[in-house]
Amino acid sequence: MTFKLKTLAAAAALAFAAGGAHAQISGGVVKIGILNDQSSLYADLGGQGSVTAAKMAVEDFKAKDKGLNVEVIFADHQNKPDVGTQIANKWIDNEGVDVIVDTPNSGVALAVNEVVRTKGKVFINSGAASSDLTGAKCSPNTVHWTYDTWMLANGTGKAIVKTGGDTWFFITADYAFGHALERDTKAVVEKNGGKVLGDVKVPLNNQDFSSFLLQAQASKAKIIGLANAGGDTINSIKQASEFGIVKGGQNLAGLLVFLSDVHGIGLDKAQGLILTETFYWDLNDSTRAWSKRFAAANGGKYPTMVQAGVYAGVLHYLKAVAAIKSDDGTKVVAEMKKLPTDDPLFGKGTIREDGRKIHNAYLFEVKKPSESKGPYDYYKLRATIPAAEAFRPLKDGGCSLVK
Amino acid sequence: MNTQALFGQLLIGLINGSFYALLSLGLAVIFGLLNIINFTHGAQYMVGAFVAYFLLNKAGLGYWWALLITPFIVGAVGVVIERLMLSRLYKLDHLYGLLLTFGLALIFEGAFHHQFGSAGLPYSIPESLQGVQNLGFMYLPNYRAWVIVASLAICITTWFVIERTKLGAYLRAATENPTLVQAFGVNVPRMITLTYGAGVGLAALAGVFAAPIYQVSPQMGSSLIIVVFAVVVIGGMGSIMGSIVTGFGLGVIEGLTKYFYPQASSTVIFVIMAIVLMIRPQGLFGQR
Amino acid sequence: MTGQQIGDHQAHDPSWERRYERGAFAVLFLAFVLMPAFIYPRFGSQLLCFAMFACAFNLLIGFGGLLSFGHAMFFGMGSYLCAHAAKVWGLPVELAIVTGAATSLALGVLTGMLAIRRQGIYFAMITLALAQMLYFFCLQAPFTGGEDGIQSVKRGRLLGLVDLNNEVAMYYFAFAVFLAAFGLIHRIIHSPFGQVLKAIRENEPRAISLGYDTERYKLAAFVLSATLAGLAGATKAIVAQNASLTDVHWSMSGEVVLMTLLGGMGTVFGPVVGALVIISMQFYLAELGSWVTITQGIIFVVCVLAFRRGIVGEIEAWLRGRRK
Repeated sequence: MTFKLKTLAAAAALAFAAGGAHAQISGGVVKIGILNDQSSLYADLGGQGSVTAAKMAVEDFKAKDKGLNVEVIFADHQNKPDVGTQIANKWIDNEGVDVIVDTPNSGVALAVNEVVRTKGKVFINSGAASSDLTGAKCSPNTVHWTYDTWMLANGTGKAIVKTGGDTWFFITADYAFGHALERDTKAVVEKNGGKVLGDVKVPLNNQDFSSFLLQAQASKAKIIGLANAGGDTINSIKQASEFGIVKGGQNLAGLLVFLSDVHGIGLDKAQGLILTETFYWDLNDSTRAWSKRFAAANGGKYPTMVQAGVYAGVLHYLKAVAAIKSDDGTKVVAEMKKLPTDDPLFGKGTIREDGRKIHNAYLFEVKKPSESKGPYDYYKLRATIPAAEAFRPLKDGGCSLVK
Repeated sequence: MNTQALFGQLLIGLINGSFYALLSLGLAVIFGLLNIINFTHGAQYMVGAFVAYFLLNKAGLGYWWALLITPFIVGAVGVVIERLMLSRLYKLDHLYGLLLTFGLALIFEGAFHHQFGSAGLPYSIPESLQGVQNLGFMYLPNYRAWVIVASLAICITTWFVIERTKLGAYLRAATENPTLVQAFGVNVPRMITLTYGAGVGLAALAGVFAAPIYQVSPQMGSSLIIVVFAVVVIGGMGSIMGSIVTGFGLGVIEGLTKYFYPQASSTVIFVIMAIVLMIRPQGLFGQR
Repeated sequence: MTGQQIGDHQAHDPSWERRYERGAFAVLFLAFVLMPAFIYPRFGSQLLCFAMFACAFNLLIGFGGLLSFGHAMFFGMGSYLCAHAAKVWGLPVELAIVTGAATSLALGVLTGMLAIRRQGIYFAMITLALAQMLYFFCLQAPFTGGEDGIQSVKRGRLLGLVDLNNEVAMYYFAFAVFLAAFGLIHRIIHSPFGQVLKAIRENEPRAISLGYDTERYKLAAFVLSATLAGLAGATKAIVAQNASLTDVHWSMSGEVVLMTLLGGMGTVFGPVVGALVIISMQFYLAELGSWVTITQGIIFVVCVLAFRRGIVGEIEAWLRGRRK
């Protein structure tokens, strides 16, 4: 034990002398940990693709040339908050991980948010939706990229109410994400003169929606809001068509739909769905170029907005680390908020005091099979929601960091 | 009272009940005749669904082929399990059989989860059974109607074979007094092996029925098996008729609960089990 | 009964047995005291919680002869109530843990009265079904947080003095709780009550004819086992700083059976060794995902077919053989 202490002291002294009074990369390596669902219902929207995106960001940043040693590792949180926190603790305490990235599943994300806050590292969330990450649970160590439930509610929710869908019934995934999405969408519906007739809570990763769809049918609501994601959304939509829900005169609102979901459902069942995303591979030349590179490294699968967010988030993180020459969590996040963001995927943007990344949102409609010219050509752009309006106003979130 | 919604849930309840009945039937056959608790039953149901998936996607053999072939393939696996492993445990405390089959279930589920993740693979409804009937109070998909009718037929046939035919009589006699029946020249060990295989085949058949409705996923059996245990305890362990009636009945009760008091729908079966245990511990149709 | 009963093992010369027990205890004690120097202390603390859980389970199967397949309900409820008491009611650590254990005691009484009516396989299936009912209750009850669980449980200061956020301090506290539970189980086994339990396990009709109210004894063993399992769960909630559905899931019930079977059912030290192996495997092989499940299944099968005495059981049999 004493031997170890002496060596540590010597090493620290050397590092101190070499790096100057304020520049310190812990362990000499910037370690990036991708924590997400690798094997279950959210594996397609993030999964290994997020790992690919992160590695692309490290390459494009040319870390070696800037004198930074960067490593990317990953793990499967299995959609369980206890597994997620155990991995986060192990990574930070034992393996020198400096930043945890992605983490779809709001329950896991909120739990990891606390661990990272206590230990002073960085959490760049691209996959989870709960707007609480920049609201009641905001943290000086967390940046929430890509999207959140408020943005979805005000994108898809508002658009549907305005076109006459004024009575709603929710089918909600029974955990943090579903509750947040239902809450935020209810608020939008009621604010715009609509009424919520009821809701039913469904366990995560449920395979059979028949009894829940029947309840929705019985409510006679014009719109059945699907407050779920990934595999759950795919199953709900497929089974709704089996039970003739749309034939009976009701419409489905996919409140969170990813490119990978549309791919899983197929255009014949998904056509006409309205959805809000903040990235689509076919938006402009730079997104197209990047997405082709990504698909080549990802087995031909095109990127979802979550994977795009991982790339952009890691890129901006590395810029901040290089700028202040340190990987101290709280300092890096402060720098990330100071530096304006600029990447080929989301364009120019900023990160607010509450950790919310601001960029445009887009209202899409899923094409009919006849309108699609090839694989993954699924969306037509209906409207652009400018960045200033896309996300919840700073003062409304209840975040303690906002003065 | 919204009769439309009520009938809708009742019908879904009947569909779920078909699976409860089919699976508890297999369990009851194996327990009643062999005194083995087959915890692997849920995993064998899952393997049945996967075999159907492979038959379709690798061998191009559709649903009807799967219905015919799958029970034999999975049943054969069951026979191997019985010969190699279960038969060594007959002289020991029955609990060891439970532990062995539990371990086997873990192996099956782990292996399939490793290979296929847990999101569920799609299996489409066979063309001849697609479409819906407009019943007025709901649209009933044809496939689900088929599931109810087919399970009922299989359950009644199995009951008939065991309770009313000579083969069934031999099986029942062999359970009660194997040495005597063996003395009459009947090959009892082979009968036991084949019976286990048949019970497993029943589970696999249920898996094929389930594939188009519940999607094919490695965990599909594990949550179901515990409900089926409760069904068997309520019906009376070893009573074939008990499992069939209780299976369908509990499915319907679950459906009713979903209409009147949805929060209790996942626990109602266990509550009933607790009540039955207090009043009539041998189960509704059990003997003791 | 047909053949070898589960949990069977024979006792021989009492003074040798005592020396063996003391020796084995000394070895394990030393190993645990020195552990934080070699491994991540947080992992060591979790290990102790599961060792406690396995010992509690073993009390019921090894000495009571009852295989419960639903023990996760006691572990999980202990975990939930302790987490809730610490986080929402603001109770200090000691009281939160007591709350957890007390809840499991109450639950043990309720479920025990239902389950004890049957034996053997029926008993196992009933405990499994009751545990599943509790799982669904926990899934929906607001206080458990459902899928999200109860997160960020504060550890606080033990008796207002020791800061448990120091991982080493937490470890030694968990060790102290473990020693207390282990000591209690040891006392129970070697008491007159323990002797009657063994008699009931070996031949219940004879015990009844001797005038013992066997149902009472079995229920008492069940409740004791449940309470200690709850204590383990409560301690785990403080160590891991969360309580979740995983703690009440049937796979947790299966794991404790596995730990005890692997270590040696009915031996005093078996559950501890079994917990060590299984939890270490889960922790170090976590990256391999489903392979952990597959390996656990294989261990089950191998143990049942060829290794029924478990690790400690085999060691003890070998040691006893050498004495001759």
